[in-house]
Amino acid sequence: MESRLRVLLLIVCALALGGCSMWPFHKKQRAEELPVEATSAEGTAPSVVEPQVARRTVKTPKIKNSNFEIGPYIGTYSAEDFGVNPVLGARLVYHISEDFFAQGLIGRTTVGLTSYERLSGGAQLLTDSQRKLTYYSLDFGYNLLPGEVFVSPRRAFNSALYVTGGVGATHFAGDNRFTVAIGAGYRLLLNDWLAAHFDVRDSIFDENLLGTNKTTHNLETGLGVTVFF
Amino acid sequence: MRTVLKLASLLILATAAGLAHSADGARQFDRDAGRYVDVAVADPYLELHTGAGASYPVFRVIPRGEHIEILFRRTDWFKVRDDHDREGWAHRDNMQETLLASGEKLPLEDLSHRDFDIWPWESGVQSGNFGGGNVNSIYVGYSLNPNLATELGVSQTLGRSANGVLAVLGLTHSPRPDWRLAPFVQLGSGVIRIQPKATIISPPERTEQVAYYGAGVKWYLSRRFILRADYRSYVLFTRRDTNEDRNEWKAGFAFFF
Repeated sequence: MESRLRVLLLIVCALALGGCSMWPFHKKQRAEELPVEATSAEGTAPSVVEPQVARRTVKTPKIKNSNFEIGPYIGTYSAEDFGVNPVLGARLVYHISEDFFAQGLIGRTTVGLTSYERLSGGAQLLTDSQRKLTYYSLDFGYNLLPGEVFVSPRRAFNSALYVTGGVGATHFAGDNRFTVAIGAGYRLLLNDWLAAHFDVRDSIFDENLLGTNKTTHNLETGLGVTVFF
Repeated sequence: MRTVLKLASLLILATAAGLAHSADGARQFDRDAGRYVDVAVADPYLELHTGAGASYPVFRVIPRGEHIEILFRRTDWFKVRDDHDREGWAHRDNMQETLLASGEKLPLEDLSHRDFDIWPWESGVQSGNFGGGNVNSIYVGYSLNPNLATELGVSQTLGRSANGVLAVLGLTHSPRPDWRLAPFVQLGSGVIRIQPKATIISPPERTEQVAYYGAGVKWYLSRRFILRADYRSYVLFTRRDTNEDRNEWKAGFAFFF
């Protein structure tokens, strides 16, 4: 009964909200801003000659926006205690302004053996499926040092050294772990639509594989390309 | 390590292919006539930068009356080409004073406030606390009018005893969207998938309906970019006698597109 009442109340609130939004206060504001149209004293005079001019309609092509970047990257992921392993990932970037961007990353690696597992011989801390480490990260980025790279007297590439910070999660050892990631990267724009990236990131998360909670720093390097669209 | 090297060389090859493509192109201005927006400079001059940023140097100045093609736009910068096939980046403020073939000014969005007709979409990332655990969320919103928006959000909750995935659809009402610090109220419902963490007794995963109400504030830092903080009170409609309540606090950034 309680839940039904709540649903009813929610519906009433939703309708009330919708109703409020119909209140045309912003339209009233716009109407005030409109200039008063000049009216001639004689009213509309009958025109002697009806102009036979066919109005030329100029169709303006739409200007293409190119604020997104998408592409894969490869690199190394150093899972604390589990060695350095190849990582494969993909990134989607949205450029908000010339300085700021938002990016989403998703990556996957398979971690190796700890020193303990190597030395003890047969002991395994994790199963094979638990060794698969998958992460995602939602970052905010700032183009710290935009610049140009001069490869020859007649050719230069635009570049930027950027820093990122964000949150995400890491799925590792059978659990999802809240992850904070900071990073820095270098973007080299090879032409209008292609860029090369080099990134270094530190993913910080807590793990408790050995019974006690500890914060781990997991360093990652990556080399990637992106296509602007 | 060998696979990394192989993939790296593939990336380099792909890059080289891209460069080769960009190398050709003589008298593109005439060849591409009609394909791009053609405008005439109406300001005394138009400055072309070498990159899409104010810190890139001006390498060419196009005088009034000359025609340019607008190739594409990235953030507030337009990649343009003059009739000598020289390409560069011009800023939006400079481009505002260019004329189309019809004699009209290039129509660009109003800078004084968020233009809901041009950028009705809002998307953002937030992180915070959900019922004692961490939460990461992303959302996409669509403005029906300046006051009312619908929002679709997906969150991952990462708690000590359970993780979960939450998907909600809601309405956000902003009474004064013209304020720089704009408050809003919100309402919605959805589903949550709760995955209890394995302990000695591992309860099964469950999916529950949820509804929420909440409030928050959007801080318009620039016309495309906001900081946003939300408080939401969730009710989980369980199959048991009592419903569960969760409070959520989160903050993050968002942008319009």
